[in-house]
Parts: sequence; C-alpha cells; structure tokens
Amino acid sequence: MRRSVMGATAVAVLLASAACGGRGEEGGTTAQGECKGQQTTGITDKSVKLGGIYPLSGPASAYGQIPVGVKAYFDSVNAEENGIGGRKVTFVFRDDGYQPARAVEEARRLVEQEQVFALFQTLGTPSTTAVWDYAGQRKVPQVFVATGASKWGTDKSHPWTIGWQPNYISEARIYAQFLKGEKPQAKVAVLYQNDDFGKDLLGGFKKAIEGSQIKVVAEQSYEVADPSVDPQMRNLAGSGADVFLNVTTPKFGSQALAADAKNTRWNPLHIINNVAASLTVLRPVGFPNVQNTVSAAYYKDPVDPQWANDAEMKRYKAAMAKYAPNADVNNQYNAFGWAAAASFHKTMQAMKCPTREGLRDAMRNLKDVRVDMLLPGISLNTGADDGFPIESMQLMRFKGERWELFGQVIDTRKEFGPVTH
Amino acid sequence: MTESTKQAAPVADAAPATGRRDVRALLQERWQWLAAAALVAAVCFAPFQLVPFRVFQLTMVLVYAVALLGLNLLVGHAGQISLGHGAFFAVGAYTSAILLHDHGLPHLVTLPFAAALAFVLGLGLGVPALRLRGLYLALVTLAIAIFLVPLIKRFESVTGGAMGLTLEKPVPPAWTGLAEDQWLYFLALAVTALAFASVYGLLRSRVGRALHAIRDNEAAAEVMGVKLSFYKTLAFAWSAMLAGVAGCVYTWTIAFVAPDSFTVTLSITLLAGLVVGGLGSMAGPVLGGLFVVYVPSLSQDINKGAPGVVFGLLIIVVMLVAPTGLAGLAGRAARSTRKVLQKERRNA
Amino acid sequence: MSEFLQQVVEGLGAGAIYASLALALVLIYRFTGIVNFAQGELAMFSAYIAWQCVHAGLPFWLALLITLAVSFTGGMLIERVVIRPVEGAPELTVVIITVGLFIFVNAAAGWIWSFLIKDFPNPFPGGAAELGGVAVGYATLGIFVVVGVVMGLLYLLFQHTKIGLAMRAVSANPDSARLVGIRVGWMLALGWGLAAMVGAVSGVLVAPQLFLEPNMMGGVLIYAFAAATLGGFDSPVGAVVGGLVVGVAETLAGAYVDAIGADLKVGVPLVIILAVLLLRPQGLFGHAEVERA
Repeated sequence: MRRSVMGATAVAVLLASAACGGRGEEGGTTAQGECKGQQTTGITDKSVKLGGIYPLSGPASAYGQIPVGVKAYFDSVNAEENGIGGRKVTFVFRDDGYQPARAVEEARRLVEQEQVFALFQTLGTPSTTAVWDYAGQRKVPQVFVATGASKWGTDKSHPWTIGWQPNYISEARIYAQFLKGEKPQAKVAVLYQNDDFGKDLLGGFKKAIEGSQIKVVAEQSYEVADPSVDPQMRNLAGSGADVFLNVTTPKFGSQALAADAKNTRWNPLHIINNVAASLTVLRPVGFPNVQNTVSAAYYKDPVDPQWANDAEMKRYKAAMAKYAPNADVNNQYNAFGWAAAASFHKTMQAMKCPTREGLRDAMRNLKDVRVDMLLPGISLNTGADDGFPIESMQLMRFKGERWELFGQVIDTRKEFGPVTH
Repeated sequence: MTESTKQAAPVADAAPATGRRDVRALLQERWQWLAAAALVAAVCFAPFQLVPFRVFQLTMVLVYAVALLGLNLLVGHAGQISLGHGAFFAVGAYTSAILLHDHGLPHLVTLPFAAALAFVLGLGLGVPALRLRGLYLALVTLAIAIFLVPLIKRFESVTGGAMGLTLEKPVPPAWTGLAEDQWLYFLALAVTALAFASVYGLLRSRVGRALHAIRDNEAAAEVMGVKLSFYKTLAFAWSAMLAGVAGCVYTWTIAFVAPDSFTVTLSITLLAGLVVGGLGSMAGPVLGGLFVVYVPSLSQDINKGAPGVVFGLLIIVVMLVAPTGLAGLAGRAARSTRKVLQKERRNA
Repeated sequence: MSEFLQQVVEGLGAGAIYASLALALVLIYRFTGIVNFAQGELAMFSAYIAWQCVHAGLPFWLALLITLAVSFTGGMLIERVVIRPVEGAPELTVVIITVGLFIFVNAAAGWIWSFLIKDFPNPFPGGAAELGGVAVGYATLGIFVVVGVVMGLLYLLFQHTKIGLAMRAVSANPDSARLVGIRVGWMLALGWGLAAMVGAVSGVLVAPQLFLEPNMMGGVLIYAFAAATLGGFDSPVGAVVGGLVVGVAETLAGAYVDAIGADLKVGVPLVIILAVLLLRPQGLFGHAEVERA
C-alpha cells in the first residue's frame, strides 16, 4: 500500500515535470541598433507585457483592489489610445496572499514563464523585499512598488527597484512641519501599527521633530490581528497629550477615530495618516465626530465631492464602470492603482530605448512629470540620487462632509533634505 | 469491474507475442520497485529539465513536505492536533537567519542549530501538552502561533523586528556546475531524503509501535506498559524539530525572514495540507506539500476575484470526497488498478 | 484610582464582545461536541446580511429578525451539506472542514462586499453614562444586557426544555440517544442552526464597535476560545464570566505590565488557556468529563 502510494507520487512528479518542457536558456531577446544588446523581453512594437503581485487572498486582501484600478487604466488606454505609444498593454497580476515566499514564486513565474517586460508593482514591504534581489539579478525593472518604506529610495544596490507613493518618512515630515507652525509646544500621543509601515512613520516623525519643542509623550502599538485598538486608546488618553497622531490602516483608523470621539474628556488635535484618511474610513465614525481632523494627501479621493467635475476623475469613473463594473468605484485603492498606472504610462513615454534598461533609466530620470490623478501641484521627480518619485503632499482638514486642502503643497525634500536612511 | 475486464482481455489475447505478457508480469511483481526507481529518477532529473521557476516550486514542495512529515508524526501517528506548527517552522527559520546574519555561519552549519532549538522548544511544550488532548491541544498551539508574531517583533535587536532580516542564498560550489536554484533544490532534496529515512526508520522501531498504540487507544497502551508521557513528549519534540528543519531550508530558499511570514495562516495551511495530503502515510506529507504549493496558484487561475473562496472550497471538497486524504485516494486507486491487473492475468 | 476603574470598564467592554462569541462556541460544543473554527466568520457573515438589509432600507429590528432567521437556516444547511457526510469521522476531519469553511466564508464576504469597512447602524445610543467618575458607554451597557439575555435563554434551553434534554443525551451518548428515539441527525443540525443564530447576535453587536469588514472576527476568535476554556466549554454562564475575565485581564496587563505592553497582550489568552487546562481542565463552571476507555 505504501509503495503503491509512492508510485502515485512518482506519477504526480513526472506529470508535473513533463508539463513544462526542458530547461532552455532564458528565452530573452535583445535589441538592435542604437540600443544594441539591451533586453527586449516582453516588449514589441505592438505590445508590452507587465506583471504585478498583490495580496488577493489572506489578511491584506483589502489591497487586492489596487490591480483592478491598474487594469482598468490599461484597458482604457488600450481601447482609446491604442495602448502606450502603439503598444497594447497586457497586465497580468498574481496573488501572493501577503506571503514573501509566494511573492518570490510569483515573481519567478511572471519573469520566467510569462516573460513580462517589467514587474509593475509588488505590494507590501515584506513581499517587495523578498523579490528585489531576484529582480536585480535578472535585471528586470520592478517599477513603482506599492509600499512606502524608505528603503526603495535610499538603497543604492538595487537600481532596478523603485517606489512610487510618498515614503512614510516624508509623510511624517509633513505632519511635523505642520505642528511646528500650528502647535510648537505640542505633546504628541501616537498610535501605530506594529510593522514596517508604523515604525517607519513613527521613526520619521521623531526624527523630524528633533530640535523643536514638540515631544512624543506616549506611544502605543497594535497588531493587525488585534480585534480592537480601544485599550490602546484608553492608555493614550491618560497621557495628557494635546495632539494625537493616528498611524493606522483603515479599520483601525476608524476604531481610533471612534474611540477619540467617544472620550469627551480628551480632545486632542487629531492627525490621521494618509492610508486611513479616505472618506470610507471617516463616514462610519460619523462626520460630526471627525470635524477638524488633519491629514495629508497626494492623490484624489474618488469619494471627495470636490473632484466630481474633475476631468481625470470622470475618465476614471467611466473607465471603471466599463472595465471593472463589479468593482467599487469609490474605493480609494482603485484610484491609487489608476494613478500608479498613469505614472507608468508617462514613464514609458519617456523611455529613450524600448528596453528594460531604457525603462530603468526612464524611471530614475523623471522630471516634473504631471499625473492627472495626483493632486494639483504634485508631480513625479527622480534623479540619480533621488529614488522617491513623490515626495510632496498637501495638508487637509476635515470640514463638514469633506476634506479641505489648505496651505501649499509641501515638498519635503526642499524642507528637510533628502531621506537618507 | 467485470465489464472492463472482459473488454480488456481479448485485446491482451490478441497480442501475438508473449513479450507483452512478460512485461505485464514484471510490472505486477516488481512494480513497486519500478515506481520507486521512476520516482528517484524523476526527482533527480527534474531540476535539469525545468525552468528555474518550476525548480523553485519543487524546492518549496520539499520544504513543506519536511514540515508536514513532522506534523504527521504528531497528528497522524500520535493522534495529537497541533494548530501551531508554523511557530516551530518560524523558530527554525529565524535560528538559521540569525546565525547567518549575525554570525556569518555557513548555511549548512545552521541546520543542526535550527533543529536542536526547535527540538528543545518542542520538548518544553511537550510537557504541558501531555495533559491536553484533542481540541485543547489545538487551542493551546493556536494561541502559541498567534503569540509568536508580536514576540518576534519585540526582540528587534536580534530578529530585525517587523522589518525582518535579508540574507544571502547558498552559493553552489564550483565543482557541481549547478545553478543557484538547482543547488538549493538538491540541498532541500538531501534534507528531505534524510528526514524521510529517519522517520521511516523511527516508525519501524518500537517507538513507532508505541505511538500507534497511543493513537489507537491510550488506556490500552498504558496497560500494556507503554510510557505515555515519555512517548508523547518525544513525539512532540521530534515533530517540532522537523518543522524547524523545514524552516531552516525555507530561510535558505527565500533568503528573507519577516514575522508576518509566520502568522497563524501558515500553521493552519500546514495542518490543512497534511490532512488533505493524507494522515499517517509516508506519501501524505509529499502530496500535502504539493497541495500547499500548487493549490493557491491554481485557485487564483480559477477565480481572480477571491482565490480564498476556491481554496476553502477545495479543502472542504477533498475532505468530503476523500476523508483519508489524497494519499488514501491514491492508495485506493492503486489497489483497484492492481486488482484489475490481477484479474486480467487470471483470465488470460 | 478612577483611571484604574476606567481601565476595568474598558476591559469589561472588550470582554462582553468576547463573551458574545464564546456563547456561540459553547452552544455548538454542547450540541455536537466539536469546536467550530468558522464560528467567528459565520457571525461576521451574519452581520453583513444585517447590513445588507438595513442598506436596502429595512428598519434595524426587522433586519435583525431576518438575519437571525437566515443565520439559523444557514447554520442548519451547513451541517447538512458539509458536516453530515463526515459524521463519525475523526475529530480532526471536522476541524479541518471548519477551517476550510473559515477560509471560504472570509473570502466570500470580501468578494461580495469588498474589504472596505461598512457603516453599521448602532442599535444603542452613542455617548457614555458617568458612574462615579467612570465613563461607561451606552453601547457597552447595551451589549451587556443582550449578552445576559442570550445567556439566560441558553441556560433555560439547556436545563429546562425537552430539546435541551435530548441535546444533552445526544452529546453524552449518541448511540443510546438514538435508541430512545431521539433524531440525532436533526439535533446536530439544530445545534448548528442555533449556534449560527447566537453568532449572528454576536456579529450584529460587535459590528458597530469593531467596524464591519471581513476580518472583523478573526482577532476575536482566540479571545473567545480563551473565554470558553476559562468558563468551561459546556457552560453558557462560564462563557460570559470567562469573556469578562479575559477582557479585563488583557486590558489591565496591556496597560500596567510594561513587559507585556500593548503589543504582547495577545499572550494573555495563551496564558489563560494554558493555566486553566493545567489547573482545572473543565474550566470554572464546566463539568469534569469522565473518560471511559
């Protein structure tokens, strides 16, 4: 019996190996002419193939909406503009369940089997970290990774990987800058998610307030697996802080806002980070309870009525209705994916050579590139020593039923110098 | 059954030469050995035939197979439920990672450390586990798996905290002429073979008989003089050790560890993989490893919107169709094939 | 002092949430002798059904009634379709099926309703009552009342009805129960239905507090397990007391023990489960199981 099972296993393994041919050398192609020798795998004059990795299952599946927005963008560009510069975009996205091991597997699948031109977005710091060595070895661009860790921009040994959204340190600097003007003596209580995101933002904030009178008087962390942050909020309320910095992901953002509203004896100035600043987070708490909350933004929230007549927003909503009819058009992650895809469009257009090397050089040489889904005044800028496409954000305050942008767009690079760690 | 035999028989008789019958006889008598040889050949040959991506997948199958082998020892052979084996897997992975990262040890040298630490922890946990049975042990191990993630994050100076540790992959020695992925595969294969051989030997010894006696009837086993506490603790420790070994090979393969890779999801996936693969058989862990690696990618091919729907459904369906797991199913298929062959022979 | 009391109240609030799910766990354990790992997810799914009804314009209480009915039917259906066929299989098989159910229901909810949080109507008024310098939210008080009522009803069901008697017979000895004419299969289905219903109450109570999204109950589950273990897996009273103790212990440990802190307080249920199992395996209110070989 045991042997017979072994036989069955042998058959299974044989089938698995037979299913996929011999080990040919990597079927990569190279360019001729001016860009001679550069890789042209996954790109022709008529097409370009991209691969993305997102958590479609598991605890972080909320982010699984991002590729829906990306795909809607590329589908509409394919239909209306005949692709990017005549190249129709094929966008393949895979699920890694937020597991680094599976991210590696999927990255290999996309590069070796799907033969994609570039990895367009891998989501989450752990998954992206697990993949970026591989991308570097294979010389495959890993473009606009969907995580705000600062290492994508500061690291010098991974030229093939680049971030997109403002890194968490830049965002922290925005809030520090705001407090320096508004409340120079502020005592700050911080609630943060106990992972790379929360730690980066908190660390960046502490660094940005160095040398000022602002102090962090209490900090509490929570785990994504925690049912509620109410106990943490209770502890923070006892600190006597007059500013509350809410570094959370959506559900916990709502919980913290609600806990703050419920506690009538503690009324700090509430700053909520961008990740949790969507109206979908604020509405369940009740708009009257979240008045005057402060946050910062860099792209347009589809729920926000001030963009109702914005041309790009209309285009986004029309494309979503057409190409992703089952998705929730108001989901901010769809808009995020849309904006990143539009940024990729611009980057492709800036390529000198239609090659992987060309894309790498283009993504590291963006100069004042405007993307319509981003807030007015915010553009993409990278350079040889600048691996952060977006480093500007604008502050906003919640009034009535919507966010009101105020002040100027803050370029953190100008104010604080480059992020260096 | 008779229908098919009747149909098959004339075809066999129509064969003019006796050669074919010899082949069939050989197949019947020696087919286990042939199957084993085919398996060995396939397993050794695969990395030279497949693209690196497939080799990587098979390497992961081996990693999970070792972990499941350990879990099988506990669940399949000693009859205890663990929903926290991901924790031991993580201990092995982190032991190897820390030794590589902070002390610069060679990859292979980290393996005994990872195994030993997991073994000791398993022994320590085995003692309270003695008093727990069934569901309660499941709950305790589940709670451990949940607790481990924040615990790893807390000791940031050693573990790298939430950011994790990035490591180097083992470099294939020049004389092998192998690529990195092939070398990793053979390392994993060697560890797997060793693990399977040890467990096979273990189960053939008095230890194996003692464990089975405990699983089938604790009281009776005790009456017969089996030292329950001794064997149960030991089963737990061995099981933890194998999970730790798997974690160590995982670290070599992925070259990156982070706490969020070892959430309770991993533990649950392991248990599901084992039960689906088949409890208490030697092939179960291998089939379970195939399940754990291939089914998530398969389920997203079926449904992009929610691969979890398919994954959950598949687990339920396999349990309903084959409560003894894929190994049981394969065994049943093999037995009926053999019966058909035997009948055919008699008819011929 | 008032700060300490406030922390205790906070803990009781969390405990009430754990207790509400623990009640469903206890119920299904009493009926069928298994632990349903998908119980929390079923509760979450029920909360979505309630949300959908309210969203469609139904008044809250009508939506609740519909949700309870749907959950009851759904629970029985699940028992018939996926648990029945493996009746008599090893405990492990059933555990794995509930794990599969867990993954399936979670993903299905995300697929149908997305992972964005929903604004779930709060049946209780906002704000808080001031009791001796300590603020107690009306929502917390409301949960206490509902959990107390459910506990009382379950107690009556277990101890003073024919169904309760039959159910106890089934879980004590299915074969003998069948011999005296109890329809064991239907009793098990009834157990699943009732547990799903109690879970639905939990989901609806919890949703306005934790905010409704597919992973809402995932974090609650381990605390509910700790509560049920502490109180005794076969005692509704125990589940509630256990839930409150776990909630208070966890909150105080997180607030006052620096070595634990907010990040490691998830270790509290582990310690509680271990301690109970080693010192008093039947829990505070449970009955010791006599093992017969």
